[in-house]
Amino acid sequence: MMATPPLLEPRDEKDICAAVADVAATGRKLEIVGGGSKRGTGNPARETLPLSTAGLGRVIDYDPAELVLTVEPGVRLAEIETLLAGSNQMLAFEPYDFGAVTGRETGRSTIGGVVGAGFAGSRRVSAGGVRDHLLGFSAVNGRGEAFKAGGRVVKNVTGYDLSKLMAGSWGQLAVLTQMTLKVIPRPLTTRTLVMRGLTAEAAVAAMGLAMRSQAEVAAASHVPSSGGATTTAIRIEGFGPSVEARGKMLASLLSGIGRIETLEASEAEAHWRKVQTASLLAAADRPVLWRICIPPVQGAVILDGIAALDGVGLMDWAGGLVWARTPLQAPAASARKLSEDAGGHAMLVEAPEEVRAAVPALHPEVSAVAALSRRVREAFDPLGLFDPERFGAR
Amino acid sequence: MSITMPVPDRATLERRSEIVAALKRIVPDGVIDDTASMAAYESDGLSAYRQLPMVVALPKTVEQVSAILKYCTANNVKVVPRGAGTSLSGGALPLADGVLLGMARFNRILEVDYENRCAVVQPGVTNLAITREVEGKGFYYAPDPSSQIACSIGGNVAENSGGVHCLKYGLTTNNVLGVEMVLADGEVVRFGGRQIEPRGLDLLGLVVGSEGLLGVVTEVIVRILPKPELARALLVGFSDVESAGKCVADVIAAGIIPAGMEMMDRPAIHAAEAFVHVGYPLDVEALLIVELDGPAAECDHLIERVAEIARANAASSLRISTSEEERLAMWAGRKAAFPAVGRISPDYYCMDGTIPRRELPHVLRRMSELSVQYGLGVANVFHAGDGNLHPLVLYDANQPGQLERAEEFGADILRLCVEVGGVLTGEHGVGVEKRDLMPVMFNETDLNQQQRVKCAFDPASLMNPGKVFPTLHRCAELGRMHVHHGRTPRPDLPRF
Repeated sequence: MMATPPLLEPRDEKDICAAVADVAATGRKLEIVGGGSKRGTGNPARETLPLSTAGLGRVIDYDPAELVLTVEPGVRLAEIETLLAGSNQMLAFEPYDFGAVTGRETGRSTIGGVVGAGFAGSRRVSAGGVRDHLLGFSAVNGRGEAFKAGGRVVKNVTGYDLSKLMAGSWGQLAVLTQMTLKVIPRPLTTRTLVMRGLTAEAAVAAMGLAMRSQAEVAAASHVPSSGGATTTAIRIEGFGPSVEARGKMLASLLSGIGRIETLEASEAEAHWRKVQTASLLAAADRPVLWRICIPPVQGAVILDGIAALDGVGLMDWAGGLVWARTPLQAPAASARKLSEDAGGHAMLVEAPEEVRAAVPALHPEVSAVAALSRRVREAFDPLGLFDPERFGAR
Repeated sequence: MSITMPVPDRATLERRSEIVAALKRIVPDGVIDDTASMAAYESDGLSAYRQLPMVVALPKTVEQVSAILKYCTANNVKVVPRGAGTSLSGGALPLADGVLLGMARFNRILEVDYENRCAVVQPGVTNLAITREVEGKGFYYAPDPSSQIACSIGGNVAENSGGVHCLKYGLTTNNVLGVEMVLADGEVVRFGGRQIEPRGLDLLGLVVGSEGLLGVVTEVIVRILPKPELARALLVGFSDVESAGKCVADVIAAGIIPAGMEMMDRPAIHAAEAFVHVGYPLDVEALLIVELDGPAAECDHLIERVAEIARANAASSLRISTSEEERLAMWAGRKAAFPAVGRISPDYYCMDGTIPRRELPHVLRRMSELSVQYGLGVANVFHAGDGNLHPLVLYDANQPGQLERAEEFGADILRLCVEVGGVLTGEHGVGVEKRDLMPVMFNETDLNQQQRVKCAFDPASLMNPGKVFPTLHRCAELGRMHVHHGRTPRPDLPRF
């Protein structure tokens, strides 16, 4: 175990450029750290200097009428959510507090980390992901150059859409110094309809039926429960009269599948929080956490496959996302193959060190795409200063 | 033509017959090399710019596309991809020494997967054909550029096309799940798929809107949505632009994201009404069309809310559609605004900047001043919800100097958009048209970063050169890395 390296604490873009130039000259690597909630993801063997974004913690601009927010990366997610709520707005992609997912300290996630990880929550299925809400950014690349891309308006096609690359890049391309995000109004009314005891297959069918209807479903999930009965939940949001009408539409549509109940507001909130944080999947004897994206109709196949590995899982995104925990002895290759056969991919989010040392965090790409991805990464960071090896890149 | 394209490579031109023969071996029934037939390809929707290509190739399989690109890379021949040729920024403008690669024969819808709510289509399929294919089952493809009857989905991917409904439903990039693409060296790759979230680095998101500079898309997976139960529209007139702008801001502040929210200024209103006679008020300075869609209960509720907001902002006229026929009539004038302006002016030049909406009154005032300065009229249609302006600069190409003045006027409008915090193009793309204005928005480091990304896909810069970037750098030159030596950094010490 190496000694804890000192923390670099830049105050601005210039400091970051200098830090990058330094590590480039000395052959070291950087680890970009926001709130630190995601440091447990990826290969634990890192000889990196942590670069904290805490010194870049300002809200630059927020004009609710323009539906955009410009912030520095070190701003805490909770601060942003409070700010937006003050104008009845929100980040539509339902960002995660990653500490809650991994069972670490909550409330630490920063917006830089949220964008870097690119994990969207339950509303992804109707409102889009992090990628769809990052309108523009400034950053420092691996050459120590400050650059910007995109814009500060909601509609823009000027130049390559590098924002898409930055969202979900896990800090492998550049250090974000500023980002402009699209925000939207908060729904005034929310209603969650649930059905109990459906099999995974029946749940996928029910969620699919709801998604294909005109009920404008905001989110659809399916979770196991300790008592053995499952809960399949469908959420609708919007203006009161509309939610009322769509609730009736859904109830009649799904009446042939099972008994439908409406959750109380507090119950509903608890349900979606559990889905969001995957916290109902007990960690003790299943320490390996996967995030599996597949075509929605494959959700049940994945859940069955995970069960065969003695794992547990839940479905979000109407079946398009499975959070799964598997025991140590379940081969990682099996979870990956299961996802690939279903037309999707699996990210290793959390696991004991020995697993993370052996299994790449990001799902390996086919060779032509892997080579292209490497060239794209090197277009930003030719020397690999942002430690792409941590996520499985070679 | 006031734009400089890359100087044609003499060696390539001298080898033309050999190149044509090679292409004919790859696509025996799909090579056009006679001047008369190639004339159909000499420009796209930006008809002020024209150039005959060296040769036109019309492949119909991915193997042929791959073989053509492999051949062109091996022989250092440039390639310009083309969909339906409706680009408004000159994205498909041919090169004298380049192969024009037309994708029109990729015209099949391969599969509709209702279970996963997506459709797998070839790039030459028109935007509207996707909706036509799935509407029987109550679905549609959301992005709806005005040219949707003609424009191809491959072109939409290249340009990241929008439409009047993108405030609520997003641009092409938010509605595409995957692509198959052939790289410059002939390699066939796939990004994304039927799953919701792409895997690894989001190369899919990068490719959408890359204007044909990164490769050739040969298959597209698009998201399809259930068609809303109902759509209703309001037509609201205002005696000043400020009130109209305030009304738009208040609608959004009320938490309402309309399916569409369009504004027209006085010249555009008059031109449209004279053309289609749909009863637009003529005594107003600004006209708003606000469309709400969704369940009937929602439309009915929100249409009243928007009407209240409009009245509170001193609307001078207000009509609410009570039938589908009436709603379509309200749109008819807006949708015909460009041809309507074409009737009152021999030529017009359509701009496409985006601004923060709060700047609208200021930008319109400045535009009137510029109109006087250049001695050219301007009519404005405006995607008010998302701040995307379409000023139409009126001119007569037969009058010496007017085209150049119109272009300078247009460039000033775009500079103004950037100056107030906006961007050069909201949905039409940079192409050749706005290429030389890129430095207004991006500095050299920004542009070099973008070009390095291009180099990762196309190291020999053979894909659509002369578009988007004002200065072409060789990839080797961009790849050089200067590490600063000459001092002894102490990385073990905290520096700040």
